[in-house]
Parts: sequence; C-alpha cells; structure tokens
Amino acid sequence: MDTPIEVQHGKAGSDDVLTVLLRGKLTVETVTSLRPGLMSLEPGRKLVVDLADVTRLDTAGGWLLCDLRLRLAEAGKQLEISNAAEQARSIIETVKTAMPDPGEQAVSGFSVRARLAAIGMSVSAGIALVVELTGYLGIIVHRFFRTLRHPGEFRMTALVAHCEDVGFRAVPIVALMAFLIGVVLAFQGSAQLQQFGAEVFVVDLIAISILRELGILLTAIIVAGRTASAFTAAIGSMKMREEIDAMQTLGLDPPTVLFLPRVLALLLMLPILGLIANLMGLLGGALMAWIDLGISPMMFQARLLEGTDVSHLFVGMVKAPVFAVIIGVIGCHAGMRVGGNAESLGRMTSNAVVTAIFAVIVADALFSIFFAQIGL
Amino acid sequence: MADRRSETVIRVRGLRNQFGQHVVHDQLDLDVYRGEIIGVVGGSGTGKSVLLRSITGLQKPAAGTIEVLGVEMTNADDETRHKLSLRWGVMFQDGALFSSLTVRENVEVPLRSVTGLSPEIRRALADLKIAMVGLEYHAGDKYPSELSGGMRKRAGLARALALDPEIVFLDEPTAGLDPIGASAFDDLIGKLSKSLGLTVFLVTHDLDTLYSVCDRVAVLANRTVLATGTLGDMNKVDDPWVKEYFGGPRSRAALSSSANALSSSGDDG
Repeated sequence: MDTPIEVQHGKAGSDDVLTVLLRGKLTVETVTSLRPGLMSLEPGRKLVVDLADVTRLDTAGGWLLCDLRLRLAEAGKQLEISNAAEQARSIIETVKTAMPDPGEQAVSGFSVRARLAAIGMSVSAGIALVVELTGYLGIIVHRFFRTLRHPGEFRMTALVAHCEDVGFRAVPIVALMAFLIGVVLAFQGSAQLQQFGAEVFVVDLIAISILRELGILLTAIIVAGRTASAFTAAIGSMKMREEIDAMQTLGLDPPTVLFLPRVLALLLMLPILGLIANLMGLLGGALMAWIDLGISPMMFQARLLEGTDVSHLFVGMVKAPVFAVIIGVIGCHAGMRVGGNAESLGRMTSNAVVTAIFAVIVADALFSIFFAQIGL
Repeated sequence: MADRRSETVIRVRGLRNQFGQHVVHDQLDLDVYRGEIIGVVGGSGTGKSVLLRSITGLQKPAAGTIEVLGVEMTNADDETRHKLSLRWGVMFQDGALFSSLTVRENVEVPLRSVTGLSPEIRRALADLKIAMVGLEYHAGDKYPSELSGGMRKRAGLARALALDPEIVFLDEPTAGLDPIGASAFDDLIGKLSKSLGLTVFLVTHDLDTLYSVCDRVAVLANRTVLATGTLGDMNKVDDPWVKEYFGGPRSRAALSSSANALSSSGDDG
C-alpha cells in the first residue's frame, strides 16, 4: 500500500508552496495517524492539499483539514484544497462553517479560594436545610390545628392507608430485626459476663439496652429507610408530573392533603412499632439466655421485673413521636424538592434516607444528654 | 436525483409485528433509497415507532425480512449487527441523552468505539458535531437536564451523527418544539442531509416537516404501508384517511406556508 501522505516540494526547489498528496481514507479511523504528519509540515507561504486519491472523506477528515487551515492562518499562511470530489467539498464546506470557536476556556483546577467557597456553600446549604425543615414542621403543625377546627378537611382514608403502609407492613421486618438484636445482645453479653460469673446480669443488659435505646432507635432507622424514601418518591413523582401544581389550582392544599396524613400516620405507628420491637427484642434475648446460659423464662421474667425500672421503657418510648416527626418532615420536604427530571427524584430519595437516619441519630444523642442531665 | 435513488439502503418485505393478539404490522413492504429523506406518517397506534424499532433491531419482528445496507437484520449475528449499528444513527424522541454525562461526553460515546482515535481529537470532533447541529460551544459542558427540549433534541442529533452514519433515524424530531424551533430543526435536517449525503428516515406527525424537508412520504395504515411517493402523489391516493390527512386544513396551511418559504428563499437567491 502507498504511504497515505506524500509531500511534493514546490517547483525550483523552494518550499514556498508545498504540495501534499493524501491517499486512501480520510476518516475518523485515520485522522489520528494522519494529523501529526500534516501538522509538522512547514510551508513557506502556502500548503496545497491534493485530495485526488482520497477514496472517502467524512466530517472527521473535514475537521482535520479545517483545523489545519486555522493553524496555518494563525501563522499567516494559506491552505488550498485541490481535486476534492463533490461530496468531499460539500462536507468540508459544512465543517468549515461549523468549526467551533472555543472562546475563552473555562479555568479548571482547584484553588484554595474555590475550596473555601465550596465549604462555605455547603455549610450555608446545611443551615438553609435546617431552616426549611423547621418551616415545614411549622406548616404541618399549623395544618394540624386547622383540621382540628375543620375536621371535614381531614382525609381519614388517606391516614388509614398510610398507617397500613407505614405501620402494619413494617411489622415483620421490625419484629425480625429486634428479635435478632436481642439474640445477639444475649449471646455477646453472656460471653463477657460469664468471665465474672455474673451471667444473670445479662437480663439487665438486654432489658436496659433494648428498652432504653436499641428498640426504638433501630426501629426508627428501619422506618427512616423504608418510609422516608417512600414519602419522597411518592410526593416527588407527583411534583415531577406537576400533580402538586394541579392540586393547588383545584384549591387543594398540598400540606393538608399530602403531608399531614403521612406525618400523623408515622406519629401513630412508630410508637407501636417501637413497642413491638421492644417485646421481640426481649423475647429474642430471653430465648438466647435460656439456650446459652440456662436462664429459664421464669427466671428471666422475675429478674426483669425486679431489676429493670419502668423508667427505661418511658425513656425509650418518649423518643418515638420525635423520631416520627423528624422522619416524616424530612421525607415530605425532600419530595417537594424534586425537580423536573427522574434523576433528581432518585437523588432526593437517597438524600431523604441519609438525612432522616442522620437526624434520628443526632436526636437520640441529644436525648441521651438530656436524660443524663435530669438523672433518668 | 435519479442516480441517488438507484440504491436501496433499507428494504423491508412482508414485515409482521404483533404484541400478543394485537397485530401492529402485517405484510408491510417498504424501500428507502440512498440520499433521500423519507417521512413516515400515520395515525396514532399505527406502529410508526414500532417500524423504526424493527428496522434498528430494537424490536424482533414476528415474520418478514429487513435488509439494511445490504445486511439481513433478522438472522444477522451480534458482530454483524454491531458493525451495522456504527453505520447508522438514531435520535430518540427526547434525545435519550445519558443523563449522567455532559453533552460533549454523550457525543463522545459512539466515538469511543473507534480504535486509535486520540482523546484530544475525539473531544474536538465532539465539539464539531455539537457546533454542526447549531448548539453553542458551552452547551457541550452542560448536562442534559440543564438543556431545553429543543437543545436536547439537537444534542441527540449530534450524538446520532457522531460517526458520520449513512442512515439517520429520527423519531418525531419536531414533537414538543415551538414552531420556530421546529422549523429551524427541519432546516437543519435538510441541510445536513444534503451536505453529508445522509439518508434520513423520520417518523413524524408534523405536516410542516413533511412539506419542507421530505423527498418522499410513506403512509402507515391498516397494518401496512398504504402509499408511498412524493407529496404530490398523495393527492392521487384514494383513501379516506390519506385524503383527510393531506387534504385537511392543517395540511393546506402547511403547504401554503412552505410555498411561501420557497418563494421568499428564491427571492433571496
């Protein structure tokens, strides 16, 4: 095969006019190999590119020639294309008119200033989120009291449906999770306490940790993952399809219709789920204590009633409504922030879960400090 | 024109498509010639998009043969299909751009299949394609969600044109665009088809598109191609739907506006 580029020097040996003969295909497959050869040419005044032997030329080939022309023009030199076929000429002409002008290139790379600005921006976004969430909470509380005055506006069917979804359908997963946590606590606790011959205190360990902390916290985390995402997806897809705008034009109030039943359902259901989790956790712990340590269920019950104060149950359950409101408000708020495309729906759904779980854990930490201070 | 019409690039024979009991196409024949712009029209549910999907291999037909660029699609192996897919470009209704990539990266996707193409040239070629469809340079840095509907369609066209295909399939290229944007898009299709020698297969509802850019029209009805020919031929077709479609008030309005456009562009020249 002939070489794809053949350089013919101008007449009388001068390099004033340089002629290049191109052969074969001038297409997207060959531009990368042809380009260095063409770019290295140094004509004195003018470069003539002869396309007589070019079998095929596509826009990539056209781009190669137009790019060459621009570079030569920068150096005050000319490019002439000769013997181009009709189709090739038409392509080169189209490319020539379309050649993009990059304008000023965007400055890339990281500066300290940009990093600081990014940190500042995310801090202010975080503060704005807290402010917005507080606003949503206010709206929901307001709508709650308004529906107390106008009970006709309240959607009982929606509340019941959400209760089923949020509460009833979550029972199996919550129960199983709590049961396994009880088993794990008993198993780990017995291994440690056996070293001191203090096996019987495993009952206190299980009861206090589950009733006070784990039962309700883990339930809230599961519900945050299950329900906050469901709220965001449901409200977000309505937002995306402009259903919420339609609602407003029909005189329906989105917070009353959408947020209130959801948050109320959570408020009613989360304590119940927490109670189920507590019972199942104790059951799992009792079972494991029986198998592993030989503490009979009777003994477990006696020890439980004697050694564990009812205040532990109170400390645990009092957190439930707070967690419920946190999860509900974050889920609804994230749904309303969904934009016009499916991508933002996905992003906001995962955002809602992460934010809800994080907020639940922060709230739990604050409760711990509070109860420690008041000595409960 | 006659020599351009000599080569058949798409040959559909006896195509049958059905979904369960519902037969969409039956005994459908269609020829598309090199270098022409063919507009496929038909009422809703006549399977225009299904036809496009069958030809591009997205939908396996129940019976019949589809020959594209000399390759029989229905029994081609994966390798042949892949090679063939590099020789055509498809623009879907809303552009179907990959939402996690910028417009430039979207256009670079097909270019990545070219072995030995340097990243720098790949980027430059993507920029060229973006400019060719009439988008400004900075549109290349944007994500599809930041673009308007018309810009997304243009970006979709840029991606379809990335490898200089011989055939371009356009699904409803002007649907959802305002009249100005739609006619600009029609012009773009006509111009690119002429200058790059493209064969364009477009599915449309837009009568303006038919009158301003299409060389030939194929009417889908009764599960088959009812008529093909130039717009002039359509007036001679004796079928109530065709008469209604091409003789209705919207059609007459589109015809007169395209006639005006022709005469005014004649004045300019």
